[in-house]
Amino acid sequence: MYGFEAMTFNIHGGYLEAIVRGYRAGLLTAADYNNLCQCETLDDIKMHLSATEYGPYLQNEPSPLHTTTIVEKCTLKLVDEYKHMLCQATEPLSTFLEYITYGHMIDNVVLIVTGTLHERDVQELLEKCHPLGMFDSIATLAVAQNMRELYRLVLVDTPLAPYFSECITSEDLDDMNIEIMRNTLYKAYLEDFYKFCQKLGGATAEIMSDLLAFEADRRAVNITINSIGTELTRDDRRKLYSNFGLLYPYGHEELAVCEDIDQVRGVMEKYPPYQSIFSKLSYGESQMLDKAFYEEEVKRLCLAFEQQFHYGVFFAYMRLREQEIRNLMWISECVAQNQKSRVHDSVVFIF
Amino acid sequence: MAELQSGGGGGCCPPMDLFRSEPMQLVQIIIPIESAHLTVSYLGELGLLQFKDLNSEKSPFQRTYAAQIKKCAEMARKLRFFKEQMLKAGILSSVKSTTRADNNTDDLEVKLGDLEAELVEINANGDKLQRAHSELVEYKLVLQKAGEFFSSALTSAAAQQREMESQQTGEMTIETPLLTDKEMSADPSKQIKLGFIAGLVPREKSMSFERMLFRATRGNVFLRQAVVDEPVVDPVSGEKMEKNVFVVFYSGERAKNKILKICDAFGANRYPFNEEFDKQAQAISEVSGRLSELKTTIDAGLLHRGNLLQTIGDQFEQWNLLVKKEKSIYHTLNMLSLDVTKKCLVGEGWSPVFATKQIQDALERAAFDSNSQVGAIFQVLHTKESPPTYFRTNKFTSAFQEIVDAYGVAKYREANPGVFTIVTFPFLFAVMFGDWGHGICLLLGTLVLIVREKKLASQKLDDITDMTFGGRYVILMMALFSIYTGLIYNEFFSVPFEIFSHSAYACRDLSCSEATTVGLIKVRDTYPFGVDPVWHGSRSELPFLNSLKMKMSILLGVAQMNLGIILSYFNATFFRIGVNIWCQFIPQIIFLNSLFGYLSLLIILKWITGSQADLYHVMIYMFLSPTDELGDNQLFPGQKTAQLVLLLLAFVSVPWMLLPKPFILKMQHQGRHQGQSYEPLQSTDESLQPDTNHDSHGHEEFEFSEVFVHQMIHTIEFVLGAVSNTASYLRLWALSLAHSELSSVFYEKVLLLAWGYNNILILIVGIIVFIFATVGVLLVMETLSAFLHALRLHWVEFQNKFYEGDGYKFSPFSFALLDDEDE
Repeated sequence: MYGFEAMTFNIHGGYLEAIVRGYRAGLLTAADYNNLCQCETLDDIKMHLSATEYGPYLQNEPSPLHTTTIVEKCTLKLVDEYKHMLCQATEPLSTFLEYITYGHMIDNVVLIVTGTLHERDVQELLEKCHPLGMFDSIATLAVAQNMRELYRLVLVDTPLAPYFSECITSEDLDDMNIEIMRNTLYKAYLEDFYKFCQKLGGATAEIMSDLLAFEADRRAVNITINSIGTELTRDDRRKLYSNFGLLYPYGHEELAVCEDIDQVRGVMEKYPPYQSIFSKLSYGESQMLDKAFYEEEVKRLCLAFEQQFHYGVFFAYMRLREQEIRNLMWISECVAQNQKSRVHDSVVFIF
Repeated sequence: MAELQSGGGGGCCPPMDLFRSEPMQLVQIIIPIESAHLTVSYLGELGLLQFKDLNSEKSPFQRTYAAQIKKCAEMARKLRFFKEQMLKAGILSSVKSTTRADNNTDDLEVKLGDLEAELVEINANGDKLQRAHSELVEYKLVLQKAGEFFSSALTSAAAQQREMESQQTGEMTIETPLLTDKEMSADPSKQIKLGFIAGLVPREKSMSFERMLFRATRGNVFLRQAVVDEPVVDPVSGEKMEKNVFVVFYSGERAKNKILKICDAFGANRYPFNEEFDKQAQAISEVSGRLSELKTTIDAGLLHRGNLLQTIGDQFEQWNLLVKKEKSIYHTLNMLSLDVTKKCLVGEGWSPVFATKQIQDALERAAFDSNSQVGAIFQVLHTKESPPTYFRTNKFTSAFQEIVDAYGVAKYREANPGVFTIVTFPFLFAVMFGDWGHGICLLLGTLVLIVREKKLASQKLDDITDMTFGGRYVILMMALFSIYTGLIYNEFFSVPFEIFSHSAYACRDLSCSEATTVGLIKVRDTYPFGVDPVWHGSRSELPFLNSLKMKMSILLGVAQMNLGIILSYFNATFFRIGVNIWCQFIPQIIFLNSLFGYLSLLIILKWITGSQADLYHVMIYMFLSPTDELGDNQLFPGQKTAQLVLLLLAFVSVPWMLLPKPFILKMQHQGRHQGQSYEPLQSTDESLQPDTNHDSHGHEEFEFSEVFVHQMIHTIEFVLGAVSNTASYLRLWALSLAHSELSSVFYEKVLLLAWGYNNILILIVGIIVFIFATVGVLLVMETLSAFLHALRLHWVEFQNKFYEGDGYKFSPFSFALLDDEDE
């Protein structure tokens, strides 16, 4: 099949690829961001967005706007687009599209479980969940007391069930456990997604393995940095790294023993693709790392559009839109809190 | 410039408005800031000024009137909210315009705000009541259905007990009474109190609800469900959904907590429920009473809301129009630049020269009405920018102009093919669609549209009807012309009629036996108009008609292409480009006419003299061996010499077209820029203008190779095009042939065949099939295909001879155009 996907791709995937490329053309450009950064009030942001594809979603909002409304409506647009594509998709694209949402599902599960642990109202938590990661019985998560129950009651019906095999314990849930569960789930999810993409073969496998490997490596670095100074043992830390990616396996060994950020930096600088990210940071700094990673990711996602006849564009589009919504949220927050000097701190230009 | 403009239409001929677009001017208006709004509003009513955006580098919210636009957008949002509410309540906005027009937007804003607040409040109250109402309805359902569970459970329990008792009385053994006694006595102390929860759960979730309950309590619950037949309004979402009533029995406090959480997660509404029957009955009657109370309250609220919406609906259209106008005024004001002193606005825009007086009037009126101390200043600017193209069309000519504009909008003041299209387009269509029966059908159809014009114009039509309606006058002309050509072809649904006189030919004898072998004899004068009906059905019908139509197509094509080339002459004289006359127009017309003009001449000569010369042969050997004798194919004396001369002319005209023009252009360019090593100072007049980037023309580089290649392409295109375009006109023949053959097939193979059976039923079926085939294939599809081919002949074969079509349309700021923009 390798190399011949161009012949048959358009039978099932051509329409949706055209659609997604059309959607991509609607992403905000640097000029849009420049204008948005000059806004004085949230109304200005609304006015500017009404000239973009977000227009129809925002035009009926009454005037005292909130950041949450803007983000909610922008997310709604993404969800609408996603649902449209999912309706049109056939196998294996529909499975591929579903895979994209599993990450949000994991985040939502963790959000609800942590929330109930801290005695928060379920409805309130549900509103905070990402709409892409919703499933039927998500609210029932509040019932569970430990991992085993969580799995047996709720998650056994969801696509996340297979990822749980690693982390079924009878321990009661606490913050540390939940965080470990999130990372274990994520690890299993990424590995499964990676395997699925390899099975699809062709350009999809090629591009998606690059994107997913980046994702896995980024998670490995984040896990390492976040676990420095906690009681997580080296072996436990090692277990949370996904079993693929550029850092696998030797990089993982080195990361597992890191004790501070500069050691992480030393490990990462051995890998040419990540050298540029770390060279931008000064020693001992981890604040700007997120942004640097996001920038690198956006660059890679945009490159996915350079090739045709593969599913990577769908993944890339969803990720780019999410990044755009994050940007909008940051800009809106800065405008709303009169912190305009910090606007550029976290905005990642897409084009 | 002014002299040149007057020369366009005036002089010997009547003014040709449509032939050249309106002369335009760039005007500058300086408006005092206090009267700006009124001025722009008057200009919008006039609708003859196209404003230029002088603030294009500013983003929307940085412009002067951004706040007002925001206000208008807010009002528009409120109006959309009202419209949505009115749609929900089924109230239509009345079209009747109440005369009381409150033009003050501030008042309107306040009013809309009040109305919105009132409406929102009414809705909120209504929602609250509705919620209480649907909660009660659900409660009632729970009471009824769960009551049934309990009573049925009780009766079955009683039956069981009776059975047990009868068993006990039947089989009195020694052990049994003791055992039962023990059980009886032990039960009340050991028995754990079973708790239960009753409520409603959405039906599609009921399965997973049950599963979840089972899993969470490890099967230690008992669930009963009953289907509610009618959909129930959910109190939370307010939507109708199908639901089940459920009762869960459980034991223990932990289980209860779990069940409560699960109920919440599944959106199952719980209701208090009492085991005892009299309390149930009491609750039911209580709920029923409250339900009827709530119902009257809700009805009253709805009535109030309806009245409010009705009053909104009365004035909705008026408000909507006002807000739209207001918004467009501020958008226009945003395009004007603010003067340095911030006391006046400076606007630039294009307007037709004839509108100068009207615009000045409007400015004066605005200054007067707004009690401004200083009037607006109106002045004409000079610019090298190309002005927009504006044709003053009416409802008849606009559709034809649309046909031309669809290809490309005319360059400012270039010859407009639209004038000729009015006649040539329907004519070429009719050449392909010649049948006066079909023509009459088409005519009747379009007459319906024209008669009901006023009514249809005010309605909103669907896409296809709208397109047909827009082109109704084109279709009218097409129908008239196809009746005319149909009479020439003598075809009425493919049947010939002897309308103008009897056929000129008749059989030699009464038996008519020689008609197909020797032929007919001429008994009368030639048939006066069109094709003699006797040709129909004869063996030589097709060769005769083919030869006629083919030659006719070439004649029409050569005529139209010549017209195109002649129009390029008019363009050249109008724009004073001599080189285009001498090095383009003259060689082109020589080339075309020495080949295909000559062919046309031969065709006419052959028709007149009745000669049997083979024109293919003549034309082909004119190129292959021009010196050979013509022999039988000679049509006139000296033909060979004439052909030699024509051939020579054609060969000469090719390099004539190609070579001189680029060199002449180069010389002109050098001459113009000789001694111009210094840049001319910008005039003070221009430095006043805020926008100076548009007069950088006139110093452009002259790239000789580019010009030469361009000219080469042009020449090759023309020379090859002369052949291929002439051949392209043969489509007139092909489509006309196809049309007449198709219609005769339908007539003979459907109508006549059905007629032959002498059976009324078959005849009716035949007639129906014939009608559908005629309408579907001939009237709709053939019309479309003939239309497309006529379109192509105009766009490609005709217009490429002279039409640049690189202008842009005049789009004035006008309130009249507002309506169709938004919808």
